[in-house]
Parts: sequence; structure tokens; C-alpha cells
Amino acid sequence: MAINQFPLPDLGEGLTEGEILKWLVAEGDVIELNQPIVEVETAKAAVEIPAKWAGKVVKIYVPEGTVVEVGSPIISIDTGRDAGPVGDDMSQGAAAQAEKAAGEATGGLIGETTASGRTAVLVGYGPRVTAAKRRARKGDEAPAAPAPAAPAPVAAAPVAPPAPAKPASAPAAPAAPAPAGQNGHAVLAKPPVRMLARNLGVDLSTVAGTGPQGSITRDDVQSAVSAPAAAPAQRVAMAPGQRETRIPIKGVRKLTAANMVASAFTAPHVTEFLTVDVTRSMKALDRLKADREWRDVRVSPLLLVAKAVLLAAKRHPMVNSSWDEAAQEIVVKDYVNLGIAAATERGLIVPNIADAGSLSLRELADAMTDLVQTAKSGKTPPSAMSGGTFTITNVGVFGVDTGTPILPPGEAAILAFGAVRETPWAHKGKVKLRQVTTLGLSFDHRIIDGELGSKFLRDIGAFLTDPEATLLAWT
Amino acid sequence: MTRVERAAPRRGGKRSGPPEPEFVQLLTPEGERVSHPDYSVDFTDDELRGLYRDLVTVRKLDAEATALQRQGELGIWASLLGQEAAQVGSGRALRTQDMAFPTYREHGVLYCRNIDPIMPLGLFRGVDQGGWDPVANRFNTYTIVIGAQTLHATGYAMGVAKDGKVGDDDETSEAVIAYFGDGATSQGDVNESFIFSSVYNAPIVFFCQNNQYAISEPLERQTRIPLYQRAAGFGFPGIRVDGNDVLATYAVTRAALDNARHGQGPTLIEAYTYRMGAHTTSDDPTRYRVASEVEAWQAKDPIVRMRLLLEKQGLADEAFFKAVDEQARVEAVKLRERVLSMPDPDPVTMFDHVYPNGSPLVDKQRAEFETYHASFEGSH
Repeated sequence: MAINQFPLPDLGEGLTEGEILKWLVAEGDVIELNQPIVEVETAKAAVEIPAKWAGKVVKIYVPEGTVVEVGSPIISIDTGRDAGPVGDDMSQGAAAQAEKAAGEATGGLIGETTASGRTAVLVGYGPRVTAAKRRARKGDEAPAAPAPAAPAPVAAAPVAPPAPAKPASAPAAPAAPAPAGQNGHAVLAKPPVRMLARNLGVDLSTVAGTGPQGSITRDDVQSAVSAPAAAPAQRVAMAPGQRETRIPIKGVRKLTAANMVASAFTAPHVTEFLTVDVTRSMKALDRLKADREWRDVRVSPLLLVAKAVLLAAKRHPMVNSSWDEAAQEIVVKDYVNLGIAAATERGLIVPNIADAGSLSLRELADAMTDLVQTAKSGKTPPSAMSGGTFTITNVGVFGVDTGTPILPPGEAAILAFGAVRETPWAHKGKVKLRQVTTLGLSFDHRIIDGELGSKFLRDIGAFLTDPEATLLAWT
Repeated sequence: MTRVERAAPRRGGKRSGPPEPEFVQLLTPEGERVSHPDYSVDFTDDELRGLYRDLVTVRKLDAEATALQRQGELGIWASLLGQEAAQVGSGRALRTQDMAFPTYREHGVLYCRNIDPIMPLGLFRGVDQGGWDPVANRFNTYTIVIGAQTLHATGYAMGVAKDGKVGDDDETSEAVIAYFGDGATSQGDVNESFIFSSVYNAPIVFFCQNNQYAISEPLERQTRIPLYQRAAGFGFPGIRVDGNDVLATYAVTRAALDNARHGQGPTLIEAYTYRMGAHTTSDDPTRYRVASEVEAWQAKDPIVRMRLLLEKQGLADEAFFKAVDEQARVEAVKLRERVLSMPDPDPVTMFDHVYPNGSPLVDKQRAEFETYHASFEGSH
């Protein structure tokens, strides 16, 4: 029996890690050569990895959702024959390897950077983990001493002394990270951070640093204060208390949070509401559905709301703009990349339809169907999530009436579309049951004054109240 | 102050699509043979089967290389998936004495030049520089710099003319072919080579595989007119061929090469095709193109139409197709095993081929490097 371990390869040029999205095989499965075994997402792409050997899956080391460093074993396969060249890894026990993969701190290798966040590598070569291939220099006590003649490919990644442990990033990390100050090195912290620590009563020797060269940052001190006294500050995934679940902040959640904070505390938001009778719009939709040419097209009220936004934005271009703080300019766009907020299993994402204003209603409907299906299947590419200029959030699908949406960063306005309900409504001098909805428009008050925001919202309402007449009047 | 940006390119709006471009086609996606007033092929049944075998083998080996990259055995790989017909058609159109200048994606042409397919894998594994003899194989080393090889090819072709190797004898007169992509047409190098080859009437064929994307940049950002029409401005003929049609590609390329070798000067061929995969394994095409576009091109697959032709004309049966697949599979497995057993080179060998006859400076650097390496524990 020959068991081969498969380490996560560098899937791009110079990537250091990848997230296990989905296992396509299970332990015990018999697999073929090049059979897709796992989906991995890197900073560059989500890709399927084909099996390197035919055989039987012995063990899967890394659960889905885990971020794995390049070079860590993720699966072992019993090939029933001798291993290929990578069989060198076999000298170490599988269990030890597994522990390593599960998040054991890896520190102290020459040239390894220990920054807490991942290095953004989109093009070309970034810093990479060199695993154990670096050889020690002759006559050197400390293996970490920088070799003067060594080529330094990445100037931004200084050669670090043996660094304190990296925070455990996966559950079941057995060993506590060794705090700085206990590894024989002086505590690294800048004077203001030391002062902060003294004021807050934090003993720096008990804090694990996440800054450059393992130095302790202001955030490290702050989180040491807020963390339970005994637990080291960095143990994100450890179960800390009873009846609490700790969910690591990462991926979509992390991005959403950063965007919301950035937006809420940068752009002064104003929200206005308008309740409108959309009965005629709903009837127009019914007629559209009955049209032969639209037979196979998914049409929803959201489609008409999108159309209303696009038409109204043409009449009020300033709402489709962004605030360029650095250039001290307002950038008005004559195209609308229309974002649609979508709730997916992986969290809130806002893919957008590029240049939606140039699409016919039919093309818009197709694009929206595409967008929603792609989002639901979790395959929305990052490019479709950037560059939005105006966003619609359809809170109505959850049965609520309206909300005060927060602007996606870089956009000047966002529209919340509430549930459409049968409501008693004054219609032609009588109270009738009509289809009514509430629109909520948030806008960046730096760019858009109350008057403009109101007119824009009024126009959207006017379209939804009587789409045919407004189309005739506006186009 | 207000600044108005230009309209962004339409991403969702290409659904209806532009009208099918006019090109030379001899084999439709449905496997129907059609005729063309200027171009024809006259293949024996064996040759048709051979072309099919080439296409399948080239695709299989390419897929194996992609898998090897995903398994960490190659640093990077530029897949030719979707462009097999453009490469096999033009590669088989070369006569033995012709010289080819490839980019880094011409694995199919390389195969047609009878070069061991392991050669480029050494390059992309990072253990050698490619390894084949460009002179003996009449196939230059892969050029990574976009468009640079068109200048090399032009200079070479001018040399062919000066050597008096241009003439009427198809068996001895020489022609040169330069491969490049649609993105390269925006490079100065390519435009300069057009000018030089035109003015010097060089015996060269510019073979542009228009696979619609320069990495992520769509063709509409490269040109306002069909690429083959560019040639007219430089003073030589340009022609567009269905790059997914191996027969048409062969016919057009063979005619252009023969024109060149007879002293009729350069031709630009635009092989209209589509890269079905990523630009390289470091790239994620779903970030810049829509699935419906890829599906539309899937229906124009170069191998499927060849298979349909063979079936319709009764030239091959199920057993033949199975045998071809099996043969390709075996070749792929062999290739894999050879890649896995490629040894890491001695680091010092990187100094070996810098200059053909050595250089004092490089010798000094080599010595320093050797000393540096010897300073590690465990080294001799």
C-alpha cells in the first residue's frame, strides 16, 4: 500500500494560500487520474483541482471553508504502488501533517512573512512560503540571519527573525500561539502602543503581535482588553463561552462589513420614502408575460423598478455619480452599472449589470435572470461585483415594506424596493384595493441635495404608477 | 468640478451578437463540406483521418498539461483549447523546409513539426529553456514577449530572400510563418514587422489566431476594423479564415506560404477562433466573459465538425474514434510520467546557454554563484 499526500499547489503565479470551497470526493472513494477532487478559491480564481493519482481517498485533511497555505497537504490517496516524486513528504507522519494543515502556527522559516492578513497577489510574483526547502547556511547559529548575497526578490517582504506564531486560522488548533516576549526576544511595540497598553493595564508580554516582524499593534492591545482575560487575544476559533458560537469574520461577511463601515462613516446618508400605487405596472407585467416573445423570460416587478431607475437616472445624471475625495471631484457617469443586492448562501453580494442603461427591456430581463442564477450558484466572478454605479436592494422579497439602505462604497444612491401589497388606496375618488409598494432611497448628501433626491424618487414613482405614459413622455 | 466618463463597454449587451463574420470556410460546424471559389483541399481519406487524430491528440496533451499545472507540477500553462484547428491546419500546411516562429501557445504547431511534446513542459516546469533545436526542427523557441517574434520572423524571412531561397520550386523554396494573437496586433513590433516585410517583399505569412481576447481585453478594444483588413494599409493581402475549420485553415495557409515562397510577398491570415479556456492557468476567464458566449463557441468546436465529416462520409467508424481516443490517452499518460520524472536542474546550469561561446562576465557570475551555493550546509 502506498499512500501519497497531495499538498495544495501554487495555482497561480506566486500565490500563498487558497480556500477549500468544496470537496468533490469523500474518504473511501475510489477515484481516477485527473478526476476533479476539490474546488479551491485563490486570490485569482476559483478552480477545480484534478486528482494527481488514481486510487482510494484515505483522508481529507482540511474541511471546506478553510484557508490553506500552499504546500500543506489537503488529501491523501492510496495508489497501491510507489509514490511519485512528491512521495518525499511521506517521511513525516500523516497525523503530524494533518495537524499542520489544520492550522498549526508556522513561523520561523527564513524569509517567511508573518503579516496577519493575506498578501494581495493579483498579478505577477508575490511573497511565497518557501516551506522547508531553504537550506541552512554553514556556520550560522541563527538560521534566520539574512544572507547578504541572497537574491531578495520581494523588497517589501523583509527577512524576518523567527517570528511569533501566526494566529490559528482553523478550528481544532491544538497549540496556543506562543506570545511574543516569551520566545527570548524583546517585545516589539511602538511607544504610543506601549503607552496605550499601560493606560489600559495590558501586559505586553502576554499579547501576540500581528504587526510587521511580530510587533504589537494598537489593535492587538485593544483586542487583548476586550478578550476574556485568560484567553490569548488571537484565538478566533476557540470556543470561548457557553452557548455562544464564534464565527470567524472572513470572506463575504468581512467584505460586507468593511464596505458598510466605510460607506456609513464616509458618506452622510439621507433616506427618503415614497409609497406608490403600482397596479398599472403589475398589469403591464402580466401583459408582458402573456406576450409570445416573452414566454420564456422571467419577469418580476424588480425588472420594472430597474427600468424606472435607469430612465430616471437619465433624467437626473447626478444621482449616478461618485465622490472622488482624492481628486476633489464628483465623477458623473453616463453609463449605469446597475447593482442588484442578492442574498446567497455565502452572504450578501451585489453583482452588477454593466452599462444597463443601454439594454433593451428584454436584454435587461435576461441579464437580471443571469445575474440572479449566477449569484445563487455561487459563481459570481469578482469583476461582476465591482464598478457598480447604482444599486437596488429588493427587501420586498423578504416581506418587509422598506428600509434605509446603506450606500455601496463609491455609489451616490441606492434604492430599497419593498413588498407589493394589496392596500386600501384612494383611486379615482373612491377607496379601492390597489397594489401598493414603498420605495426607500438613500443618497449621499455630499453630492445629492434633498431637491434632486426627491425629484429622482418622484420620477421612479411616476414610472411605476403609470409606465406607459411616462415612457411616452420621457423617451 | 464635474468630469464625465466615457461609456463603459457593454458586457451584458452582446446577447444578440454581431453578424457572423465573412471568412473562408470549407467545413461547417455541422460537418458539411462546402466549397469556396478561391480555396480548396484535396485530402485522401487517410489524411482526413490523420487530421482528426492530430486534433484529438493535441487537445488531450494540452488537457494533461493543464491538469499537471493544477497538481503543482508545472508553474504555468497556456492552454490551446479551442484553437486546435487553427494550429493543426496551419502546422500541417508548412512544408518541411519552412520556418515557424511561435508564441507560447503553439503546442499544436509544435506537435505538427514532430517535436517531442515534452519539450515545452520542461519550459513551463522551470527546469529548462524549452530544449528543442530551432534550426533542426524549423521551429523557433517559444517567445513570451507579445509580438516580438514577428520581428524575428521578418528578419529571418528577409534573410531567406537574400539567400536566394525564394523561387518556384515548392520542394526547395522556403517560406516563413509568424504566429501571434489578436492582442499582439496592438503592439508596435507587429506593425513594424508588417512594414518591413511589405517593403522588402519578405517571404512571410503572418498567422494571427484571433481568439477574441487579449488576456481579458476583448477584440473590440483592439481594433475598429476586422484584423485581416489591416494588411491592406501596409500593402499586402489579408484574409480571414474560419480558424475552427482545419480544412480551410490548411488551404488558406498553404496558399499563402506558397505565394510567399514564390516571391509574391507577405500575407496576413486572420484565423477566426476562440480560446475556450483561460489565457493561462493564472487567469480566470469568468471574470471577463459571459457563459453564453462560450457556449455559442462550443457549438463551433473544431473536433466535433471533423468527426461529423468522417462519419457522414463513412470514412471512420466507432472503433476508429475509440482507438484515437485511447492512443491519445496513452500518449498523455506517457507525457505525465515523463514530466514527473524530470529532474530539477543544477542551479549553475542557468549560466550555460547565455552566450554560445561563453563570456568572461558570465563566467565570473557563475563562479560567484557556485561559491554562494557551497556556503550552505549539506552542500559539497
